Amino acid sequence: MGRVTPASGSVAAPSAPAVTLDFPALGVRKINAYLHAEATRADHPRVAIANPGGAHNLAVGLNAPIDVEIMGHAGYYAAGMNKLASVTVHGNVERGVAENMMSGTVRVKGNASEAAGASMRGGLLVIEGNASGRCAISLKGGDVVVGGDVGHLSAFMAQAGRLVVCGSAGPGLGDSLYEAVLYVRGELHGLGADAREEPLTADDVASLTALLAKAGFGHSPREFKKVASGRTLYHWNSDAHQEY
Amino acid sequence: MGSTPTPPHDDHVRLSLPVVEEGFSFNRHVMAYVHQAAERGLYDIRGLGAKRKLPTFDDLSFLTASASRYPLEGYREKCASKTVLGTRFAKKPIELETPITVAGMSFGALSANAKEAIGRAASAVGTSTTTGDGGMTPEERQSSKTLVYQCLPSRYGFDPDDLRKANAIEVVIGQGAKPGGGGMLLGQKISARVAVMRTLPEGIDQRSACRHPDWTGPDDLTIKIEELREITDWQVPIYVKVGATRVKDDVKLAVKAGADVVVVDGMQGGTAATQQVFIEHTGIPTLAAVRLAAEALEELDMVGQVQLIISGGVRTGADAAKALALGADAVAVGQGVLMALGCNRPAYLRDGHAVDVAADYAALGTAAGYCHHCHTSKCPVGVTTQDPILETRLTPDVGARWLKNYLQVMTMELTTLARACGKSNVHHLEREDLVALTVEAAAMAKVPLAGTDWIPGTRGF
Ligand code: SF4
Repeated sequence: MGRVTPASGSVAAPSAPAVTLDFPALGVRKINAYLHAEATRADHPRVAIANPGGAHNLAVGLNAPIDVEIMGHAGYYAAGMNKLASVTVHGNVERGVAENMMSGTVRVKGNASEAAGASMRGGLLVIEGNASGRCAISLKGGDVVVGGDVGHLSAFMAQAGRLVVCGSAGPGLGDSLYEAVLYVRGELHGLGADAREEPLTADDVASLTALLAKAGFGHSPREFKKVASGRTLYHWNSDAHQEY
Repeated sequence: MGSTPTPPHDDHVRLSLPVVEEGFSFNRHVMAYVHQAAERGLYDIRGLGAKRKLPTFDDLSFLTASASRYPLEGYREKCASKTVLGTRFAKKPIELETPITVAGMSFGALSANAKEAIGRAASAVGTSTTTGDGGMTPEERQSSKTLVYQCLPSRYGFDPDDLRKANAIEVVIGQGAKPGGGGMLLGQKISARVAVMRTLPEGIDQRSACRHPDWTGPDDLTIKIEELREITDWQVPIYVKVGATRVKDDVKLAVKAGADVVVVDGMQGGTAATQQVFIEHTGIPTLAAVRLAAEALEELDMVGQVQLIISGGVRTGADAAKALALGADAVAVGQGVLMALGCNRPAYLRDGHAVDVAADYAALGTAAGYCHHCHTSKCPVGVTTQDPILETRLTPDVGARWLKNYLQVMTMELTTLARACGKSNVHHLEREDLVALTVEAAAMAKVPLAGTDWIPGTRGF
């Protein structure tokens, strides 16, 4: 298992937020409505969601450069479809954190359940702890950086973007990969169909250095293995014993 | 003594008819299947829907008015066709002038001109259109007054900005042509623009996922639907679309998960490209699906709260009327729309003249009337192609005119039948207005066999 505690160098504790929304008092609809409207009109929009209690669909569909702090655990789809906003979860998240994110940043201080960053198209998702199976499934862009391990079938059918795993990756990594690129620092517990290890290039090292720094991890990029698509499944081929 | 004539030797004369007997189990179709499987080592992929003989809405007939009921006057007495969808939770339900809507078909599967024509025609008759696997194009958003945005397993091009621009959202679990299967788009249709929209390399054979990446099962779906509502501030209706298999369970689960509208797509539903084995051997006929879906809503006491859209081989105003009488609130048309745009016509129009395309059909190994080659991108009439030359064969102007006419005719047929049944509103059509012409249809649609009061499967026999 990888480390659950945040790696050194992660973002500093936020300054006091301007507005605190208490989840039990308001509920998800009022909180999201506030984040979609009033929060975007504030001068320095910083919002904290107190006592989130693992609620689903917190801070989904944000569409402005606001800062949101979720002060505890969040449920499914935290910061789903994020655009422009910066969301930090001070706890663990359930399935589908930052799914379909377009831009902005989502940071999870704890662990993430299944399908973290599913079908993301842009932005940066940082999970400081571990992520469960199917992390970065159907990734279409952007970067997912995981401080610990990722579970089985991560980056399944990932089309574009990068998945960086500072710990180890579970079985079936990168199954049916398209053009996404994966970097794993720990062990590879088996690659999926059409995923293959490739040597790190100078470009990989440079871009990985920048990404690790942005995500707040101090590892050397040279400690990582690169996994990319073998591109043998791109076309029908009766001799390749392909399963469709 | 006259001699008795000798009968001619008949050894070399054949008096019986020559017998050329085709096998039933191994007929020419099956042989061709075996031959092509042996040659290619890959299964057959094609477009459109099931071609085999299935029970259809044609197996039902209306008991229109006579002495026991009185009809409404055609033309002079109004028959309303206004249709409202998504009244359960959405702040802005969809209001349509007709219950005949256009089913989801992607840009990628269809040319940009075809998509534009559909948007314009649907807007002209006051109905909705639907995106498909591959995202929303600005052209279709602009040309469609009411646009339903699909959320599919692949999530190609899925974008929160488009979600916010949509008039309704349709979470697609499955489709009638391939319930349980993912989308397909072969390399020849992954043009540069399609590739960018789907974030895929140009020209690859694309096989989309069959399950959503971030949820599995109805409990997750409940949360997913809530997420989509939260993102869109509960403004627009959320549909859930299922391919017709275990219809009653699936409709109930969709309703429980919070759907405003359930779309049930029967076995005759079309596709731009799917394995033939899927198209012909999965799901249940639309005729059977309608009744099961309506029963699910009745059992949940959700009739009028959750609306039901039926699709899969709905071709005519009569089909629509029968679906409504069996409990649907609206229908969605896919293949009929393609045909209105010119699919399977022997020619396309250029400057008012018909240009024969028999040779192009022949090059695909088919002929007008038999084509199902949408997967090739070589559509002879420019409907389902990404080829820059072929797509000019359908102009948005011509396509929009043809399709508007078709949708208009369907609506006129629907109101004609409703009036003849004595209804001043197409939504008043009811099961009691129908009889079945075959035992199968009687059992599936749960209406009596014509001339009897027998509904197979009820009252113990
Ligand atoms: S004519 Fe075009 S749209 Fe019709 S089946 Fe053939 S390829 Fe498909």
